[in-house]
Amino acid sequence: MATETLIWLLPLPPLLSFFLIVLFTNRNKLLSHTIAIASAVLSWLAGMVVFARALGDDFHHLGEHPFESAINWLPTGTGAFQIGVRIDPLGALALFFVCWTVLMIFIYSVGYHNFGQPEGDHDAKGLPPHGATVKHDGHSHTVPSVEPNYSRFFAFISLFAFGMYVLVVSDNLLTLFVGWEIMGLCSYLLIGFWYAKPSARAAAIKAFMTTRIGDVFMLLGLAYLYAQAGSLSYSVIFSPETLDHLAHESAVGGLFGLTAAGLIGILLFIGTIGKSAQFPLHVWLPDAMEGPTPVSAMIHAATMVSAGVYMVIRIFPILAAGGHHGELTPAMMALAAVGAFTALFAATIAIAQNDIKRVLAYSTISQLGFMVAALGIGAYIAAAFHLMTHAFFKALLFLGSGSVIHGVEHGVLHTGDHSVDPQDMLNMGGLRSKMPVTFWTFLIGGFALAGFPLVTAGFWSKDEIFADAWFLYSHDGNGWGLFVLIVLALAAFLTAFYTMRQITLTFLGEARTEEARHAHETPWTMTFPLVVLSVFAVGIGWFGIPDDFPVLGGLLPNLVHGVAYTLPEEVELAELVFSAVPLIVSLAVALLGLLFGWLVYRGYRAGQADPLKKSLGGLHTLLENKYYLDELYHATFVRFSEWVSETLTYRWLDQGLIDGFLHTLARIANWLGTNLRDRIEMPVISDGADALGDGVKIFGRNFRLIQSGRIQNYMNLVLVIVVLFGVLFYLILQ
Amino acid sequence: MDFITDHLLTFILFSPVFVALLMLFLPGTEKQLLRWTALIGSLIPLLLSLVLWFQFDGRATGFQFEEQAVWYEAINASYHLGVDGISLSMVLLTTLLTPLAILASFGIEDRVKPYMILFLLLETGMLGVFLALDLLIFFVFYEVGLVPMYFLINQWGSPKGERKLWGNVTVPARTYASFKFMIYTMGASLGLLLAIQMIGAITGTFDLLELYDVWRVTSTSLTVFGLSASTVKSIAFWAFVVAFALKVPVWPFHTWLPDAHTEAPTAGSMILAGVLLKLGAYGFIRLVIPLFPHEAAIFAGALALLAMLAIIFGAFASYGQNDFKRLVAYSSVNHMGFVVLGIAAAAWAARNAHPEHAVIAMNGAVLQMFNHGLSAAGMFFLVGVIYDRTHTRDLRKYGGLFPLVPVYGGILIFTSMASLGLPGLNGFVSEFLVVRGAWPIFTFYTALSMLGLLFTGAYIIKGIRSTLHGPLNREWIGHLSEINGRELAVIAPLMVLMLWLGIWPAWLLGVINQTVTAIFG
Repeated sequence: MATETLIWLLPLPPLLSFFLIVLFTNRNKLLSHTIAIASAVLSWLAGMVVFARALGDDFHHLGEHPFESAINWLPTGTGAFQIGVRIDPLGALALFFVCWTVLMIFIYSVGYHNFGQPEGDHDAKGLPPHGATVKHDGHSHTVPSVEPNYSRFFAFISLFAFGMYVLVVSDNLLTLFVGWEIMGLCSYLLIGFWYAKPSARAAAIKAFMTTRIGDVFMLLGLAYLYAQAGSLSYSVIFSPETLDHLAHESAVGGLFGLTAAGLIGILLFIGTIGKSAQFPLHVWLPDAMEGPTPVSAMIHAATMVSAGVYMVIRIFPILAAGGHHGELTPAMMALAAVGAFTALFAATIAIAQNDIKRVLAYSTISQLGFMVAALGIGAYIAAAFHLMTHAFFKALLFLGSGSVIHGVEHGVLHTGDHSVDPQDMLNMGGLRSKMPVTFWTFLIGGFALAGFPLVTAGFWSKDEIFADAWFLYSHDGNGWGLFVLIVLALAAFLTAFYTMRQITLTFLGEARTEEARHAHETPWTMTFPLVVLSVFAVGIGWFGIPDDFPVLGGLLPNLVHGVAYTLPEEVELAELVFSAVPLIVSLAVALLGLLFGWLVYRGYRAGQADPLKKSLGGLHTLLENKYYLDELYHATFVRFSEWVSETLTYRWLDQGLIDGFLHTLARIANWLGTNLRDRIEMPVISDGADALGDGVKIFGRNFRLIQSGRIQNYMNLVLVIVVLFGVLFYLILQ
Repeated sequence: MDFITDHLLTFILFSPVFVALLMLFLPGTEKQLLRWTALIGSLIPLLLSLVLWFQFDGRATGFQFEEQAVWYEAINASYHLGVDGISLSMVLLTTLLTPLAILASFGIEDRVKPYMILFLLLETGMLGVFLALDLLIFFVFYEVGLVPMYFLINQWGSPKGERKLWGNVTVPARTYASFKFMIYTMGASLGLLLAIQMIGAITGTFDLLELYDVWRVTSTSLTVFGLSASTVKSIAFWAFVVAFALKVPVWPFHTWLPDAHTEAPTAGSMILAGVLLKLGAYGFIRLVIPLFPHEAAIFAGALALLAMLAIIFGAFASYGQNDFKRLVAYSSVNHMGFVVLGIAAAAWAARNAHPEHAVIAMNGAVLQMFNHGLSAAGMFFLVGVIYDRTHTRDLRKYGGLFPLVPVYGGILIFTSMASLGLPGLNGFVSEFLVVRGAWPIFTFYTALSMLGLLFTGAYIIKGIRSTLHGPLNREWIGHLSEINGRELAVIAPLMVLMLWLGIWPAWLLGVINQTVTAIFG
């Protein structure tokens, strides 16, 4: 099959799976997950074929001649708006990690939702399963029960996968946005999967609304770009002519002295701030942990948050348009500032969280900040590299944490004490021996996140960011390089620290609760994906080792570097030269962070206060409460918009002012009518007419008396009148 | 057969009246017979308009299937019908929604015969407006549509509820709503009639096609009632604008809408939101911009401002509701704001040498009219479905109903998302085109409109959140049955169209685009 045809077909199996499950198989769990996984396998297969052909084509050649095909979609005047598919080096790499993580998550979900287990005793749709009682050899015990909405889950993640595939294979920003928003809907549905829980419902709404803030800005950016370039296809908007035009046209309204490219870039970047949970729109992501764990992996690793970063990497030519070598454009500065701040900010919160998934959530925000900051300083390859490695090791960590929670839940069902939170790391400890596969894979993922030197993928991608930042400072003398390097180094140190804290609290030492003591390893459907992902969490880094790296450089082909060929030739990337400074920084922060994390928490006993609490004091409370941003947002934005809606707009404006005005008019009309009736109609016209009639009647009645019909009476009357008139004439004439 | 194809528009226009006349002779007690007659009868114009759709030449410009007959010779008014891409899509929307609305009304038990007859007359009224190419005919049908709707709200509207006027004066809500609707529309019509008379008097014709040529270049020496042509033009322009602005409705003339939509019977709301609102927007497109391009361009900024306010305040007001139906009603203010924004942008761009922006904005506006017709009708219907079962529209009294009605829940989420403008469904395409067209013209207003788009999300989610999600309100267990087959038959065609238009809008947009390009390109 032609590669282009294959790319067109690639996103469709999950969509088909969604419709099949929703319409036909929603009552059959086995059939539903079979369809979903089969669809994921099909897309994976197609993705691998496309990737292999892309590799076979050599990235340099692929960059100049990507696989692409487009059709007319919307007629606009005499022309048409085109949509299509395109796989270039960046697309190929993204496709690679998306295919693998998506497939692993699908498989994992089967075990996570307890397929094959009995139905729960009191389980209700819209709530997590609570366990089922089974009789075995005469005595009963509690086992995990199957998810009540099992089929629905697979329908939703199928649609989610479809959205991500659409985004990756798109050759234009509009269908990218379509995939982006489909994922937004699915994340809403999946975070709120246990919709009967008020907390899950609130988290879903928060995620939807917060990301929507970014989306409406992005929509404006798309409209602006489309108006300027006449198209949204990559081949047009990244062409030298368009970029040149955008870089020289000043932004509409002359806003902040930006160029059109700058304003478009910033508008689109706000979309990323929402989608990739950058400060200040990061608040939805930690709450998104209300969803089932495979969802967390899907949203926070493989797909949705990656989509935000993928998009800014895509539009890098626009962000960089008009900039010169070694200088940052305003849009890039915005990225560097927001990304670096977010990276450090989220890392500080992560060290004070006790919920195993929440730590990972904040670490995701922080790592996305790394990528955004990297792109901000022009480290295009490093950003794409870190996006890819992060997708693998973070999916691994989330799935690992789900496995841990599952194991501890098993202990909770055993003891029957449901007051124990199976997600709280303080309730764990010693799981290393109970759940060996989970432990070892989690260790690999954690070390990759911390950037453990040389072996893990995370080290190589993070090191590349540091190297770029250092190069920008040392070679071009740009202070942004030093700023980003220092901030990210601090964040990386904290990352290593909280990662080791997490590993120590969860797996090392002794079990701190009865529940943790009764935890046990999860089924193969859950551990198999962990093993596969851990291979990538290590190995993927080896294909991105800089060629001039001492000893290791050049041993394996540097595939990741080929992503640079995605860019049009006019966009120049700095040619990195190896330097020891960033390498030393990278080694130091990773190793010291891991060491401190282990030293501080290795002696932690049940019931103890967190050792950090003593040393940080009030600051720790601030971190524990995430700088009180949720409270602040609630007190300001949420309350304010409720007031604007219910009181200002509806009660005052519509019901008060406008309807009040109308009612006043009606009242005046009513008053006028009443008065016309009472003052004119009734007394003058009605009564006047009555009076006239009555007068005539009275006159007639009285006058009738003289009309007696007797001739002598008439003659008498004539006589009287003649006499009267005679007297009258006499008086007058005289 | 030739006779039918030669007079296709007349057949489409009057077949509902014919069915209504037939129904007069049916016994009023045979409710099932009446319902089915009305339904099957309303399928005739749908089938005929499908014939029209397939015979329509999407590549030709100008009006097709024209019919002209002498009607009122003394004042030179003729029975002149015709369709172009814009009116064709509106005709299709009308003939599609009417059978669905009639099917949705099968639950009506009270005075079925007059109800169904009114519905069919309503259809003719609406179709007449879209088909007319003569101002007087246009006006006649514009008014014809008003009367049945008044009675539908007044007689079959929701029986509960009161509206406080002032002091201790209260009136039944449906009386209030129908009266408000009537007064507003009548008020608008007065100016419209006056303007039409003046145009007729000054040019000697009511024929739109002639007016398109004559009216724009009317020499200033002509006078009527002692007024110069330019004065008449200004008066006529404002009379038209006010009349159509009330009908759309443009903020701040919108407060009749939530009342009328909320109190109308379910099917009435479907037609009201689905088609009647489009009459106003259609008036702008068919009459105001072509007849008054100069004035329209001058005042386009003001119109865009009002559109922006409609988008923002419509969304806020919707979010502030606790009555599900009122929430959906306000969403129409929000969505129609995008139509008006597109029209305003097109009016400006067409006169200021930006035909490409004008075409995109107008394409978006017309497509948005169609899309809103589908999604608003769907949403009102779904509110009706749940109201029929719970007899409450108060969002605070539902809660966690998803497990009880999973199919209904899925449909509600789907339709809500179409209404929200989720990419992949119909609303997105048109909203994107409007935003794209309006951005270079009214950058500031378009940017501020995004606040409305943000809160579109808020109110849509509020609806879903309060009905389906959250802890189950146990009061409804056993009292809430799943959506039934008849109801599925109403919503399914709408859902198919929403999805289809979201994925492949070209089949409809191509026809619209051809006409719009001919006018503005």
